Amino acid sequence: MLEVIDSGQLTTVQDRGRIGWARYGVPPSGPMDALALTAANELVDNTPDSAGLEITLHGPILRAWQDCLIAVCGAEFELWVGRLPVPTWSAIFVRAEYLIRFGARSRGARAYLAIAGGIDTPPFLGSRSTHLKGGFGGLDGRALFNGDYLAIGPLSPGALDVRLRSSAQMITKAGRAWPAAQRPIYTDAPILRVVLGPQHDHFTPEAMNYFLATAYTLTPKADRMGIHLQGERLTHRQRPDGTLADGIVSDGLVTGSIQVPPNGQPIVMMVDHQTTGGYPKIATVIRADLPLLAQCLPGNTVRFRAVSVAEASAAFQRQTGCSE
Amino acid sequence: MSNPDFPPTYPRVLPVGEAAFTVELSASVDSALNRRVHALDAALAATATGGIVECVPSYRSLLVIYDPDTVSSACLGSLLLELALAVPAADTATTGRVVEIPVQYGGEAGPDLEDVARHCHLTPTEVIRLHSRTAYQVAMLGFTPGFAYLLGLPQALSTPRLETPRFRVEPGSVGIAGDQTGVYALSSPGGWRIIGRTPLELFDLRRPDPFMLKAGDEVQFVES
Repeated sequence: MLEVIDSGQLTTVQDRGRIGWARYGVPPSGPMDALALTAANELVDNTPDSAGLEITLHGPILRAWQDCLIAVCGAEFELWVGRLPVPTWSAIFVRAEYLIRFGARSRGARAYLAIAGGIDTPPFLGSRSTHLKGGFGGLDGRALFNGDYLAIGPLSPGALDVRLRSSAQMITKAGRAWPAAQRPIYTDAPILRVVLGPQHDHFTPEAMNYFLATAYTLTPKADRMGIHLQGERLTHRQRPDGTLADGIVSDGLVTGSIQVPPNGQPIVMMVDHQTTGGYPKIATVIRADLPLLAQCLPGNTVRFRAVSVAEASAAFQRQTGCSE
Repeated sequence: MSNPDFPPTYPRVLPVGEAAFTVELSASVDSALNRRVHALDAALAATATGGIVECVPSYRSLLVIYDPDTVSSACLGSLLLELALAVPAADTATTGRVVEIPVQYGGEAGPDLEDVARHCHLTPTEVIRLHSRTAYQVAMLGFTPGFAYLLGLPQALSTPRLETPRFRVEPGSVGIAGDQTGVYALSSPGGWRIIGRTPLELFDLRRPDPFMLKAGDEVQFVES
């Protein structure tokens, strides 16, 4: 069990997401930076569907009530177990009753804590991911509060290859680190690769040039639902009847879809996005680059570069291939 | 930067990143077109193509999310175009289900009934009669979990959204926004004109299938 001594700014339970319910209006949720949660889970020998904690901007203080193995990946935070500073992107053994403390954050926005056995909250529609707006998943559909307790899943004796059974085995595993070469390079000015469309034909050629040649700044409106950007106005085309093509009949969205409302300022849909939207989508951020955006803060800038579907697919394969 | 022909020709299959396609059947919306979307959704499911993660039907298009490691985008793209070209016009609801929804119109359950009546130059009774006389089609679920967008609102009831959305709309609320009518499954903020409320739980986790309405269903409101 983990006790939440100080919940931090916004700490939620997330697994890899709630898949298969988008047709009912249920977004995927899950981690903003899926790569970091996957790495953390792998470091503690969890199955890929295990739930961990998404930690936002200001980290929590937790007390372990059992011997456990943890890993923290993603944004760079100072981290202590008891009075010992410990590295991120590494498996760490934590003795029962010790405190896990997050300190200053030096890079990125979101870190992921995985614990061997996984955080064990009741699954909702097949997932433990918290959807704050819907008020379901995770711990009672909300962010953690001070004084919460989180159950840890069983270290199953039947699954020797994926679960750790004893403190001795955990101590042996501790210290394993994610290779530095395979960690994403989070920056405050990433280049995000996009596949154009599906409705880039709703924009003027000038708008397409601005979109691909100029920088867009994250506004303070940047959360798990979407990241609102500001930059050169992306003007919608005129329809043959003279009206502006600044709306479409609502259709389905994915994480990474970039909608452009009539004000011409792009919004990138993130994991808690509405499942449908009515603004033309100029492009889609490729899956491999979503973690870079997830780690950006308001005021950071992004640039977009168009790639083909094949390039996007290869980039994702290279990224996930590294972790296996 | 070249721009494709605009306006485009339909159907068209467009990449949504490297792990989804959207199949647009038209730029506009009507019940028959929307039925074709649901027919396409069903036709794709019937092919049992591996690597399809999930589909999201909407008014005039179908979003198909797939795993490019399992099915190549080129193969899936051509299959989708083939299916879209072949999908027949359907004159009945695809799911074949008709769901009756009891509604208490007006009063606290439907705070905007009088405003809608005033806007439409009708009496509240006439609004209720018109609204509950029509068979609607669930065009899609979206916005929030279980929110049902319905096609088929009589033109005479078309009323713009509230200028200032409400902070909280009760679950089960039945509303009108422009030419659309819809039902809120969960409480949420909302700008639709609320004319009534159903006591039915449109979203109930105790059921194995927690969402009462599915895209493609036919809905009939009954005054209670």
